[in-house]
Amino acid sequence: MRVPILKQGGILIASIQSALSDEDLLQLRDDLVQQVGKYRSRGAIVDVTVLDVMDSFAVRTLRAIAHMIRQRGAETVIVGIQPEVAFAMVQLGLTLGDVATALDLEEGLAFLGRNPKTGPLHGP
Amino acid sequence: MARELWPHDATTLGASVVPIASSTDIVGARQRGRELASQIGFTGSDLTVIATAISELARNIIEYAKSGEIVLSLAHRGSRMGIQIVARDEGPGIAEVARAVQPGYTTGNGLGLGLPGVRRLMDDFEIASVVGKGTSVTARKWII
Repeated sequence: MRVPILKQGGILIASIQSALSDEDLLQLRDDLVQQVGKYRSRGAIVDVTVLDVMDSFAVRTLRAIAHMIRQRGAETVIVGIQPEVAFAMVQLGLTLGDVATALDLEEGLAFLGRNPKTGPLHGP
Repeated sequence: MARELWPHDATTLGASVVPIASSTDIVGARQRGRELASQIGFTGSDLTVIATAISELARNIIEYAKSGEIVLSLAHRGSRMGIQIVARDEGPGIAEVARAVQPGYTTGNGLGLGLPGVRRLMDDFEIASVVGKGTSVTARKWII
């Protein structure tokens, strides 16, 4: 199932709606990295609230998304990692590394708003 | 008998065999595992941990053997109940089983977290492998 991506000002919001296969995750990666250029976005938010499992492939792909978007000059925030998912990730030894995370969509938007690269004070 | 403590008669739950041949099967296997674990009586983060372990085991099958199956069933040990996950394939097998379960070990394109990670997530972990014949991983998690 393709993940819908909304454009809000200079920010893209990818709101995951259901469990994703590996192909869906790779499609999301390609869509987001492409749309950051198309819409000249300065930030991207990936909302993973509905994901009840984040295994090694999902974590690796989310990290790749954030790193690829950074190469394109924009910042990514992963929002909505559920407490049980965080628990399993830590048990498994998985980490998002230097990728920004926030509690939910609201916090993610606030984070990008405060960031000098993506925030309104330095807008176009 | 402890069995009477269970809200539904989990002892009648049959084993579920989930064929694994593509990445969409991984999603199906972990959803089936979560359902069964919930029927057995697991709750909260245990359900996520069990689903994550199934996901990694199914991923290993595709990565190393292309196809195989995950068998999910109720486990008993004395009065304890739990879930058993068996991941088996007829792939190339693992020559160095002892090393394969050490943190950081990988021969595929993963993060080297597969088997050692599953071992950390679950209570029991056994692996049997014959080079050229295949691999069978058995993992169990117990309630409390």
